[in-house]
Amino acid sequence: MKKLMTGNEAAARGAYEAGVKFAAAYPGTPSTEIMENVATYNEITSEWAPNEKTAVESIAGASLGGVRSLASMKHVGLNVAADPLFTFAYTGVNGGAVIVTADEPGVYSSQNEQDNRYYSRAAHLIMFEPSDSMETKEMIKEAFALSEKYDMPVLFRMTTRICHSKSIVDCFDREEVPDKPYEKNVPKYCPLPVNAMEMVKKLKGNIEAAKDYSNNCKWNYIEDNGSKIGVIASGVSYRYAKEVLGDDVSYLKIGFSYPLPDKLIKEFSDLVDTIYVIEEIDPVMENDIKAMGIDVIGKEVFPISGELSPDVIRGAILGEKIETVEPDQDYLVNRPASLCAGCPHRGLFYTLGKKKDAIIYSDIGCYSLGLGQPYNAGDAILCMGASISGGHGLAKALEATNSDKKAFAVLGDSTFFHSGMTSLLDVAYNQSDVCTIILDNRITGMTGHQENPGSGMTLSGEEVEPADIEQIVRALGIKNVRTVNPNDLKATEEAINWGMELKEPSVIITRYPCALKRFSKLDKEEFPEAFKQSCYVDTDVCVGCRLCLKSGCPALAFNSTVENKSGILEDMCLGCGVCQQICPMGAIKRHENA
Amino acid sequence: MRTHNILLSGVGGQGTITAAKLLTTGLMNAGYDVKMSEIHGMSQRGGTVLSQVRYGDEVQSPVIEPGTADLLVAFEEMEAMRYLNYLKKDGTCVVNETQIWPMPVVIGSVKYPQGILDEVEKKVALKKVPASELAEQIGNPKTMNVILLGAIVQSMNLEHIDWEKIIRENIKPQFHDINIEAFKRGLELSK
Ligand SMILES: Cc1ncc(C[n+]2csc(CCOP(=O)(O)OP(=O)(O)O)c2C)c(N)n1
Repeated sequence: MKKLMTGNEAAARGAYEAGVKFAAAYPGTPSTEIMENVATYNEITSEWAPNEKTAVESIAGASLGGVRSLASMKHVGLNVAADPLFTFAYTGVNGGAVIVTADEPGVYSSQNEQDNRYYSRAAHLIMFEPSDSMETKEMIKEAFALSEKYDMPVLFRMTTRICHSKSIVDCFDREEVPDKPYEKNVPKYCPLPVNAMEMVKKLKGNIEAAKDYSNNCKWNYIEDNGSKIGVIASGVSYRYAKEVLGDDVSYLKIGFSYPLPDKLIKEFSDLVDTIYVIEEIDPVMENDIKAMGIDVIGKEVFPISGELSPDVIRGAILGEKIETVEPDQDYLVNRPASLCAGCPHRGLFYTLGKKKDAIIYSDIGCYSLGLGQPYNAGDAILCMGASISGGHGLAKALEATNSDKKAFAVLGDSTFFHSGMTSLLDVAYNQSDVCTIILDNRITGMTGHQENPGSGMTLSGEEVEPADIEQIVRALGIKNVRTVNPNDLKATEEAINWGMELKEPSVIITRYPCALKRFSKLDKEEFPEAFKQSCYVDTDVCVGCRLCLKSGCPALAFNSTVENKSGILEDMCLGCGVCQQICPMGAIKRHENA
Repeated sequence: MRTHNILLSGVGGQGTITAAKLLTTGLMNAGYDVKMSEIHGMSQRGGTVLSQVRYGDEVQSPVIEPGTADLLVAFEEMEAMRYLNYLKKDGTCVVNETQIWPMPVVIGSVKYPQGILDEVEKKVALKKVPASELAEQIGNPKTMNVILLGAIVQSMNLEHIDWEKIIRENIKPQFHDINIEAFKRGLELSK
């Protein structure tokens, strides 16, 4: 059956058709929907792991146990999982294992633009790079077969465009593969120094052998259009090149991208006079091909960062630009993302942003929106979990320099479970006075509301005992712990002042659900009144002082009803009451039983 | 057949993604090769949303090259201006006459620009459609996107596809009738 699928849907479908039985992921744009779609297939046990490292380790275990298994993550997630990855390469697999890494050329929603093709080179692992959804599905299936044939986990590199673009996919039936019962084999599965050197040899032998496959497989092929100009391209870049250059040039399409098909590349270079290597982000293929002694044109004409697109290729190769009608910038206002109406982070950032003596080490999540206007509540971001350990180091430096500033760390519940817990252990163990604020909105918000260990629900919708953040914090050795409702500005301010004064580690947990979250039974019990009301501005009382706008709520619209007075878009307002508490005139009122 | 390009622009929550889904499903069922691209990073939090739909005999790139869109369908006025560079010189811009205030306007630091559509009209062929107003009239503001789908179908001469069937197969039963009504209104609108 033909279906329009995103690359992410197709990857999940591929796993299903390949007979996968276990899958684990930690969410992250643009990879998140892979596991959300895997979860729709009952034949596959699918899980949200607390982080990418646990996801990869759990599929290594599932592979050991004899079933095909898949892990998916965004590019930076593979950094977190790099430790198991490099040694999983040594042990190899029992049941096939595939790890999807979704890279982000152009950095649409990430903190960096790393090129994960280097991981295939560094860890000596086979890599695939699909150029559309159908290829994604078919390559995933082949990746499992090759994982078993070459005894290694296979890396599968997608990019934002492949993940989030739809194209037509032919769906087939699931093929059940025989389970491979576990057999004890210590030399294979235990990389002790006595075994490790043998393992390296085996791995390097296998990746060398895969070259033969690379030269002969259907994923790497020459399209000879009789031109003296040739293009070598992988992933979506191949599609862009075809779009712009059509049949005017010849192509070497690379789908199996590590190890590269050396013989095929040589053959192609004999066929054409000039070769362009078109690839997103780093000159990875370009450098490898140049190292073979073949001259190619690459990053001297193509951008070294950012997404490629047809117009970029047109400009670089043909020196042309299609004429456009340019928008008039005078008529445009940016639409910066903002915290949603009813977002429980608002009360915290409104309050924390006023503390001029705070240096705030923030983290990756919706709260990174606290850095912007009107809160300006944030000073640094690094990677998931770094708020606490970064805040710890900062606190130590502030102490050493006799500064009168105070270090704060700000992170979410999912980020706390991901890697914040070990960081907090650092604080408790090495005793700094950083005040850590855990914004517990009961869900993984930024990536689109995935359950996490604290939400009391699994990916498959099973109810489980929620991890209790306050108890974890205490168990780690933090004595000063407070939990507040961030919509209560007075309580939030008191808690921040309390943390500010303490000369030892402290943690504030702001506990209130995300306004976009689908409520579980537990949420309904704990927050029966949440989001059931709305507020309005009594324009007779409003003096137009604009203080309420400091809440940064998209439901507040100045001038919307009466000129120079505040207004509330009532279909958007969820009645959190933050602006109501800010208004010095009492002009913001609450509809009863709205 | 050459590849045709339709760009849908709007603001998070306006239903552009659903409209693009219905459109592409219909095009696929009609036998076209179809690709669609969507970047939805922070759209839920008030950002702009862009869906790029391409169809023809064989489609390569999932994204539209600037200067090549046959049709730009803006679900909001400023979002017509913002993506004008995607439109062909002789392409058509269909705009839903509605304004959604961006944060800087909401907080009163700038005014929503006046006369955007007059300016757009000076540059390209413009069809203004009151889709939001119509959706209110037929009783469900959310059907605005399906009204615009009707306008797209009419503009691109895609009436030969059974859109009612596509709507029935992809929208919850309780909303079938109102969406089919919305679709018909949209078809008539841009004539
Ligand atoms: C290593 C890594 N994995 C995944 C991500 C993607 N990511 C960004 S924010 C986020 C979740 C944030 O959830 P939470 O901490 O609960 O905060 P919220 O967004 O709900 O406020 C994730 C998974 C990332 N940036 N880095």
